[in-house]
Amino acid sequence: MSASTPFALLANSGSLPWAEVPAWPVADFIRACSTELGRGARLCSLFGVAEGEATQLVAVLAFDADSTLAVGRSTPMVGSFPSLTPNHPQAHLFEREVWEQHGLTPVGHPWLKPVRRTAGNAPANGEFFRVAGGEIHEVAVGPVHAGIIEPGHFRFQCAGEEVLHLEIALGYQHRGIEEALGGGPYRTTLMQMETVAGDSSIAHATAYVTLLEALAGSEAPLRAQWLRAIALELERLANHTGDLGALANDVAFLPTSSTCGKLRGDFLNLTALLCGNRFGRGLIRPGGSRHDLEPARAEEMLEKLLPALTDTAQAIAWLWDSSSVRSRFEGVGRVFAAQAAEIGLVGPAARACGLVRDVRYDHPAGWHRFAQSPVTVWPGGDVFARARVRSLEIQRSGEFLAGQLICPPEGELRDDLADPEPDTLAVALVEGWRGEVCHVALTDNAGRFRRYKITDPSFHNWSGLALALRGTAISDFPICNKSFNLSYCGFDL
Amino acid sequence: MNSILDLILRLDCWLLLAPLLPGIINKVKAWVAGRRGPPVLQLYYDLARLWKKGVVMSTLASPAFVILPAVTWVALLSAAMLMPLGPLGAGLTFRGDALLWLYLLALGRFCTAWAAMETGSAFEGMGTVREVSYAVLAEAALIAAVLTLSVQSGSISWVTMLGPPMGAGAALLAAGLFIVLLSENCRVPFDDPNTHLELTMIHEAMVLDHSGPPLAAILHGASMKLLLFTVLLVQAVLPMSQLKPLAAGAVLACGVLGVTVAVGLVESLLARFAFRRVPLLLTTAFLLCLFALLVAWKGGLA
Repeated sequence: MSASTPFALLANSGSLPWAEVPAWPVADFIRACSTELGRGARLCSLFGVAEGEATQLVAVLAFDADSTLAVGRSTPMVGSFPSLTPNHPQAHLFEREVWEQHGLTPVGHPWLKPVRRTAGNAPANGEFFRVAGGEIHEVAVGPVHAGIIEPGHFRFQCAGEEVLHLEIALGYQHRGIEEALGGGPYRTTLMQMETVAGDSSIAHATAYVTLLEALAGSEAPLRAQWLRAIALELERLANHTGDLGALANDVAFLPTSSTCGKLRGDFLNLTALLCGNRFGRGLIRPGGSRHDLEPARAEEMLEKLLPALTDTAQAIAWLWDSSSVRSRFEGVGRVFAAQAAEIGLVGPAARACGLVRDVRYDHPAGWHRFAQSPVTVWPGGDVFARARVRSLEIQRSGEFLAGQLICPPEGELRDDLADPEPDTLAVALVEGWRGEVCHVALTDNAGRFRRYKITDPSFHNWSGLALALRGTAISDFPICNKSFNLSYCGFDL
Repeated sequence: MNSILDLILRLDCWLLLAPLLPGIINKVKAWVAGRRGPPVLQLYYDLARLWKKGVVMSTLASPAFVILPAVTWVALLSAAMLMPLGPLGAGLTFRGDALLWLYLLALGRFCTAWAAMETGSAFEGMGTVREVSYAVLAEAALIAAVLTLSVQSGSISWVTMLGPPMGAGAALLAAGLFIVLLSENCRVPFDDPNTHLELTMIHEAMVLDHSGPPLAAILHGASMKLLLFTVLLVQAVLPMSQLKPLAAGAVLACGVLGVTVAVGLVESLLARFAFRRVPLLLTTAFLLCLFALLVAWKGGLA
């Protein structure tokens, strides 16, 4: 399919000169995007690049079946453009973001309101969608929640216990990360990247350093790529285990809940064994890795990993063996495969709807070109399916690690990195534990960042949570929410 | 003089022992999960702490917000006075005290629900709706259980009703009353006393806005209610009237402990039910008590 596209093609973690990205007048650009999305492409990112007073729209599309990415842009424009959203709902948040950041109006957008713009001390949430009727009641939850979690506001329209509609308003954690990157990279940039979403430090840091390497026209040594892949899977193990424990906790199933909390710590400690930090901060460096995994420590890691995996398998088996748990998970918070494709879900949430969508498989880069694990797919789209995908990914990440730790590649740990090429665009996709992390960088004529766009998987998936709640009992919101476990700060940037 | 001493002892027994039960349940849960868990006396510490704290009042709430928890507490304590304690008998007994007992429990629930509506919070309204919906079914089961005891003893006074040992219906009644106990005291699988998620709460959502001494009254009242149902379950099922007073007291104490541990085990091993399945379980409890009633009634004729 990608062979016939007018867009410029590149592979994951590749770069191309800005001049080679085809530019169309905005109406033609939107039509071209619509055509490609209509025949199976997926919208990874859509953003504006300021050009004096005007703005150029840039779209990054993914042809998953062809392992190819496609980039196109509009000529500089002001005012308005025809909205993609009515035909391709996966564009809806991107268009709201463009409207908010660049003042361009997507004409025909059905629900144009701020994404994370602040008014005073809180986000400008705008009007919420309301269902009318005497039987309807509205429940507002957040931004301050009962647990120690991030802030976000949820507005439910309910008829009794049944949720008719959920609208999610975020932006409370907006820190201005993208704005801070203009003119970069700076010395602090890597630290900021590791905290875009703190539980996905490895994924975001890998995407960032991969971009720097692509912009410099080089690649990290294989040994560093291997270490990054190991750290990424450890991150996945820790988070999936923690989330399954949290799911068990939310249905008051104590055996799994109390065990998984401890096991998550075991996996985090393995990351600490690798680099001294439980979240993997400080491991990844542009051009390579800061820490090595000597044979002795690799052996120690394997020795600790295997019992932790066995214990995790047991804790999860209790979950599946308990009929009271299965009856809580099955059929709750369903997202249909067609809906998932339409709103562009990514990561385990998409794979739990039966979509085969995994960057490690579709767009392999780095070490994943040499070592792969099977894509985990489960049909159903309910809480059960999402929990199931998580548990299968724990198995497969465990097998991947066990296989990789015994045969490390030889070689250097780090190369010196050249400065970024001027006027170049690079794209990096990384499959974090939550899904596709997409970073796009465009350099100016001095080789500094002109625009840096981060798309966390949460940006795609929050709409999925809202859809999952339709027709579900409001008391099931916590388990639906936990089964997605999306990032607030990754969305708010 | 003797009756005053008896009353004081009896009050001490209910007031001081009740907070022990939640502590035992939590200890059992911690033990099953392999944790150390909070001290058994944790609720006593909590009550002491809450007693020293001030009350935060919503500007929307009327004084009823503070008064109603006290009314609930008094209603529950009065119900406890009507309940016989093995060889000790009841603090107060008259013909029809079992009926008053049922109404006192209903009064307690009514006052808690009213207090919950005082602040106008969406969560508390939601919790109240759930609480009273499930109470309708739980009360039906409880009334059927009381009728069973009444029919087989030919009395409507607790002291005689709990006297004769149950026949074949004992097992049915035990199962039915145990489910009612779990439901009325907001335990798993009906409610999750440990959850912090307002959207899934039933009882906890109703008392979210209470603080200080009224909250202490609510928590203490809840523990008394748990003890009340445990004592009822044990006495309705175990034949104790033929035993010597000391032995009967020991059986009662062991029975209460056993039921408490059973509640802890249920909470450790079972996930909580979805709300839509709760009515099914409560109807089951009602049917169990109803069949116990049939056994008591027809068994008496044969």
